[in-house]
Amino acid sequence: MTAAMSAFFARPWIWSFLGAGVVWLAAVAFTGGYGAGGMLTAALSLAVFMVVVGVGQMFVITLGPGNVDLSLPANIGLASAVAMKTMAGDDRLALLGLAAALASGLAVGVANYLLIWALRIPPIIATLSASFIIQSIDISYGRGLQIKPPPGFADFTNVQLLGVPLLAILTGVFAWVAHVALHRTVWGRSVTAIGQNIRAARLAGIKVEPVRFATYALCGLLGGLNGALLAGYFRGANVDIGNEYLLASIAVVVIGGTSVSGGKANLPGVWGGALFLVLLLTMLNTFGVSAGVRLVATGLIIVAVITAAGGEKEAR
Amino acid sequence: MSAPAAPASFAAAGPDFRRALRAALPALSLGLVVAAIAWLNPRAISYFGFTLMLNLAIPIALATMAQMFVIAGNDLDLSIGPFVGFVCCVSATWLRDAPLLGALTLIGCVAVYAALGALIYWRNLPSIVVTLGMSFVWQGLAILLLPKPGGKAPVWLHAALSVKPPFAPFPILAAALIAAVGWYGLMRTSYGAILRGSGGNALAVRRAGWSLLRAKASLFALAGLFGVLSGMALVGITTSADANIGNGYTLLSIAGVILGGGEFVGGKVSPIGAVFGALTMAMAASPLLTFMRIPPDWQVAANGAILIIVLAARVLVSRSGVER
Repeated sequence: MTAAMSAFFARPWIWSFLGAGVVWLAAVAFTGGYGAGGMLTAALSLAVFMVVVGVGQMFVITLGPGNVDLSLPANIGLASAVAMKTMAGDDRLALLGLAAALASGLAVGVANYLLIWALRIPPIIATLSASFIIQSIDISYGRGLQIKPPPGFADFTNVQLLGVPLLAILTGVFAWVAHVALHRTVWGRSVTAIGQNIRAARLAGIKVEPVRFATYALCGLLGGLNGALLAGYFRGANVDIGNEYLLASIAVVVIGGTSVSGGKANLPGVWGGALFLVLLLTMLNTFGVSAGVRLVATGLIIVAVITAAGGEKEAR
Repeated sequence: MSAPAAPASFAAAGPDFRRALRAALPALSLGLVVAAIAWLNPRAISYFGFTLMLNLAIPIALATMAQMFVIAGNDLDLSIGPFVGFVCCVSATWLRDAPLLGALTLIGCVAVYAALGALIYWRNLPSIVVTLGMSFVWQGLAILLLPKPGGKAPVWLHAALSVKPPFAPFPILAAALIAAVGWYGLMRTSYGAILRGSGGNALAVRRAGWSLLRAKASLFALAGLFGVLSGMALVGITTSADANIGNGYTLLSIAGVILGGGEFVGGKVSPIGAVFGALTMAMAASPLLTFMRIPPDWQVAANGAILIIVLAARVLVSRSGVER
């Protein structure tokens, strides 16, 4: 029994789900049980967007120290504009618009990798420089964009089955596929190996650069997908639509038990981390605190969570 | 370190020459930006021209120095922008109305930074996540303190930043002073060497008997101190504050350190280079682009492009086969 218990708690993602449960209970206790189910439905809807980019960021972070994609907010903003312009409010063009957003995201991911590879600079600064340029393209391209998403596409991003958002179910399937890809495919295991020791991975015959290329391209692609979905859900594109996903994408990965120094990834934790973050914001909203207090509380809780989770135990 | 006298001995002198070229790159990029401005608008190259163009260079240079201390210890501070904004809000309200409370708050900020450094070392935390979290905290505190743009800089602070010294514009003198202080403190004192060593080879520094905890806390305290100075300088120039005033400084400061020849790992930073990098970013950020008639939409992109070009130039002069 105790062995089963300790095995249960040894899983790093358990804590993120426990945390999510605690903040949900706190919010429900405050409202006296009112809206408990609605809160979960809303949290699932919003967590989807964090999971989509979180999974991409997780693979990038797992590549090792310094690997992080800071261009996600700009990428999401551009993709949302591309999706809305291509769809032009017409349901028949919805799939084409989705494909265009994916292509836009993929292009950003490829550009990121080319900068890292050609300039031999740390990914942080490469994706940062790229995000400046993408942001300008978005400002110029999406200026005064007032196109609403096609009604069918907007409904698709909002529809629920028995209180569970369809997107959440699809994202759950997607997360399971990513989980299998991480642990059972050559690419996923290569990502982990590179994160653990890039030199050893290279000597073991892993083709490091193609794996890195695929990982950054995937992260860009998922950013593009997220842009299109967000534009559908919030009924319109916007330059700032992706801003909160810089912190969120990194935070859900870390809260979920993935190692920031790479080499150790955890997929269920991305879902747990996303639910925790969304429910945390829901709880603070329920308490009716001001914007300033909400920001301070979010920041302090993130610092507290990462402190409690602790860093890598390595020989110093 | 001098350039080789005879090109015939290039093979032998190559690495030295390249190293010198690499060290001169921050100054070269600044020179290039100034030359471009001079070519586009010769009248800008004057005492008043520089005073205007480098208006915001002092806070940017101070924020870049703050970021440089953090990067010297292999960390990254993603909260320096909102922190500078918070300091602005404190300076424009409490420091003017209740100087003692304001001064204590600012000293407390430095202490919080030192504590963050200690926490990051003690729990071996990723600084990116901790400082991202802190960026929310500083932003929230700034909004609580100053919900609407406003406040007023203390008179003495505004006066200190509007002095017009003879011969050289004030921002240039201030930048030289900042560079000199940073250079002496980090490159010429013995504890500065320990601080850089904690980023270069932490194990060696610890085995030599130095406390890494103290080194990390010191680096973050220095970052906090320079962040406070940056916020005070910024509000002294703009005379009023806004909770979002410093948000761009996170990116500017990282870019400045990297342009100045700093590396993300290994404790390799250069205080003088960082100030050159900050001046380059300050000049390239708006004066150059305005003179080039680049529409506002594309100014952010131009900043990114300048960063990429300088980094590309660096790759060309130093092809180090370092494992990434």
